[in-house]
Amino acid sequence: MIITRVFNWLTDGSNWKDSHLNTGILSQLEAHIRFTGIALAIAILIALPLGMLIGHTGRGTWLVSAANAVRALPTVGVLVLLTVIIAPHFHGRTDTGYLIPTEIVLVLLAVPPILSNTYAGIDNVSPAVRDAAAGMGMTGPQVLFQVELPCSLPLIFSGLRSASLQVIATATIASYIPLGGLGRFIYDGLAQQDYPQMIGGGVLVAALALTTDLIFATIQRYAVSRGITGRFARGAAARDVQSAVLTEPEVSHA
Amino acid sequence: MIAAAGTSSSSSPLHFIGYFMDHRHQDLGWLWSHTWLSVLPVVIGLAIALPLGWLARRNRFVYPPLISVTGLLYTIPSIALFVMIPPVLGLSSLDPIQVPIALTVYSVALLVRVVADGLASVPEETLQAASAIGYKDLGRFFKVELPIAVPVITAGVRVALVANVSIVAVAGTIGMSNLGQLFTTGFQLSTPTPYYPPIVLGIVLCVLLALVLDGLVLLLNRIFVPWRRVAK
Repeated sequence: MIITRVFNWLTDGSNWKDSHLNTGILSQLEAHIRFTGIALAIAILIALPLGMLIGHTGRGTWLVSAANAVRALPTVGVLVLLTVIIAPHFHGRTDTGYLIPTEIVLVLLAVPPILSNTYAGIDNVSPAVRDAAAGMGMTGPQVLFQVELPCSLPLIFSGLRSASLQVIATATIASYIPLGGLGRFIYDGLAQQDYPQMIGGGVLVAALALTTDLIFATIQRYAVSRGITGRFARGAAARDVQSAVLTEPEVSHA
Repeated sequence: MIAAAGTSSSSSPLHFIGYFMDHRHQDLGWLWSHTWLSVLPVVIGLAIALPLGWLARRNRFVYPPLISVTGLLYTIPSIALFVMIPPVLGLSSLDPIQVPIALTVYSVALLVRVVADGLASVPEETLQAASAIGYKDLGRFFKVELPIAVPVITAGVRVALVANVSIVAVAGTIGMSNLGQLFTTGFQLSTPTPYYPPIVLGIVLCVLLALVLDGLVLLLNRIFVPWRRVAK
């Protein structure tokens, strides 16, 4: 039975540790999280301020459309193209030549959902709320950081979660070019016709994606104000807020 | 593969048209399989999502668990889903059918929510008016609710289609025959010096395919929602 063999591969302690022949699951997991973390951090640094600025000023919305158009590109193709361009410039025992193109693609993927959701979140804040804040004497930056940003957190989080899933999925494909990470087991298993290893790798990637989403969901639960989610609140007002928050559709991942 | 490199002398990225001409037969075959792999799962997915979405709309207690489960399925990265489907369904480890099945799972996961939300967007007064002029359950669903929900569902179908075009290419890396093969071919031919034509051709064909499919859905939307044009 293939499922029991996959289970055995996953529960075999020697597969988790490094040996002189193989890199273990723990090291590849660490590498996968590292690639993902770097890309997400860069994407947040670019997309969050930019989205806030575009949403607050209402200028430069073409940037959001342009970022969304990037989504039509086939990820694998861009990854292979950049690798072929960049990798030959690096020699010796380093994976920098593969790491740089991968990180570029990952950032390219993570920026659109964060940017468009941040923009949409801030743009969706009702004008009445904005006017009330200005009427209380708040300055522009105060309105942005103390009113618009907290109000758009649910959408920003949904963009972040969507981005993180796409990055984890695409970091897996990076093992094809070849880079470390959990995708290693999928492509090595395929090459060696070691199907328990290949399927086990798939299970690990899925588990990482689900865990990451769960962590973000937990952070979101505590970071977003109750007044916005309508959690614990009763009555029609709370329901209205929630339906407004749920409109942004989920987007693709590679 | 080595013979393929021999026929196209130039490795300039712009030589992709020449590369296409040299390998027309194979490339068109890949384009065709890529097209049906992108479209068929969305059609099947829509056929499954419509009754599920209808159920979620009708029974309020069905909606939250259904949306959670489909959301969870959508969380699983494509390459992981590809390799996990055969053992779950008892297929051989590399069965070509695993790709359309995985894509159907994604399409259903995305579209159930879209259909349910689209049906929820039909105004209550419209439903009451339809009932008042004599529409019964199923008739009201097909003649009133569904047509009004079409624009929302169309938006979901567009997202699913464009996503599929990209995901199908991922299946090329585990040896499935579609436009993704152009990337694996180009990658293999790129040692020691870069050989761009197949890679660029693959990107161009994928983007064109996504644009054409997107345009077709918009066209269908115009046909199915004629009152939008009249209103303008």
